[in-house]
Amino acid sequence: MDIITQANDVAVRRMLTGDPALVDVVPAIEAIDGLKDRMILHAGPPVAWNDMCGPMRGAVTGIAVFEGWAENLADAEEQADTGAFEFHPNHHFDAVGPMTGMTSMSQPVMVVENRAFGNRAFCTINEGLGKVMRFGGNDLEVLDRLRWLRGSFGPAFGRALRHIGGLALKDLIARGLTMGDEMHQRNVACSSLTLRALAPAFAATSDDNDALSRALAFIGGNDQFFLNIAMAMGKSIMDPVRDIEGSSVVTAMSRNGTEFGIRVSGTGDQWFTAPVEMPEGLYFPGFTSDDANPDMGDSTIVETIGLGGFAMAASPAVAGFVGAGTATEAAATTHAMAEIVHTENPEWTIPSLDYRGVPTGIDVRYVVETGLAPTINTGIAHKDPGVGQVGAGVVRAPLACFEQAVRALAVRLGIA
Amino acid sequence: MSSNALKKLLAEPPKVVNVGLRGFADDLVARGVETVHVDWSPPAGGDPELADLIAKLDT
Repeated sequence: MDIITQANDVAVRRMLTGDPALVDVVPAIEAIDGLKDRMILHAGPPVAWNDMCGPMRGAVTGIAVFEGWAENLADAEEQADTGAFEFHPNHHFDAVGPMTGMTSMSQPVMVVENRAFGNRAFCTINEGLGKVMRFGGNDLEVLDRLRWLRGSFGPAFGRALRHIGGLALKDLIARGLTMGDEMHQRNVACSSLTLRALAPAFAATSDDNDALSRALAFIGGNDQFFLNIAMAMGKSIMDPVRDIEGSSVVTAMSRNGTEFGIRVSGTGDQWFTAPVEMPEGLYFPGFTSDDANPDMGDSTIVETIGLGGFAMAASPAVAGFVGAGTATEAAATTHAMAEIVHTENPEWTIPSLDYRGVPTGIDVRYVVETGLAPTINTGIAHKDPGVGQVGAGVVRAPLACFEQAVRALAVRLGIA
Repeated sequence: MSSNALKKLLAEPPKVVNVGLRGFADDLVARGVETVHVDWSPPAGGDPELADLIAKLDT
């Protein structure tokens, strides 16, 4: 239909003309309209406390202690049982969060501004590897790290960004793709480029050498530091694509550990959900698929803009890490994803594919017609609260989400 | 097809294009038959109602 083609042209033009920059780090309560005391934002489509998976419940109890709403984890759980906390998806508040995706009032959030459209998107700071809250970790080590991020690193990060007038992200992504990142499970290059750009500004705005040293070591020691920046960038790019009448382009894909949800431009902010699938991948020593939690996190916003699994060909290293096969198979994944999108991104190209652009603008019609579900690179959390990451793998978005979206779009357009 | 072409086809080893289920292609490759596999499945997974809807949205 012409109306769909034209609407999708508008949608991808907005995606491609987006101009995201990381501009600041501020407490979530100052950045996010509507966020308030005892409100917890989580990854994925809406989910009630009783339906949350183990890691999500573990993170909720941990964040309640961190915010001072509960004395300990048991107290937090009791309060959650009695409805003491308000839960909402990050996506309803211009935000995204990895894995469990906890966002609460006093956490520092990174601010990405899409300078072409003036909108802002938010994401918390990546905590690093090991036992962390995004994988459901909630012990003293986890909470102490969050306190350091809130009290020391976050403010220093914000000062550095303001000092340089923000960090433009589009070109940085383009360079990262040529250096082997796909920005979901591999962010080594972009994390390093970010550190290179920001280290002088951290130094210029610090009067405490010990704090400076720890801050720089924290970034330098975390290969996935850039992931949360890429996520906020993705959200800032996709939000201006919402609500284009007739468009069949996906504006968000997200999982809460229980359900997978997508939103489509031409159907507004309605979620189309289906039970989330289990990732297939490789496990850290001592863990097996019996330990794994179903897929989780807002990080699929990265695939929504054509990176992650869609850019697998740029990152043969990650294909091995997530158990997705050889470099040839990585290229095949990107070629397959090119069949379910509206266009390619001429500015984000993949050298090994003769500089073909990453697949851009997932079209729900093409997903349903071909049966090719979006491929997602993901971390795997332990199914029990408080344990953390146990592996990494690949997961497919459930086709049922896209089938529902096609039917809803047809109703909107008066043909069903 | 001319009779010469037909004779040639039957005399030479087969060259196969397999459409759909990969298992058929894998079996032939395992037997040393020159095979090209085409990844294909019915539109909308073979669901006629959904395929009809997609056709309307595509045209």
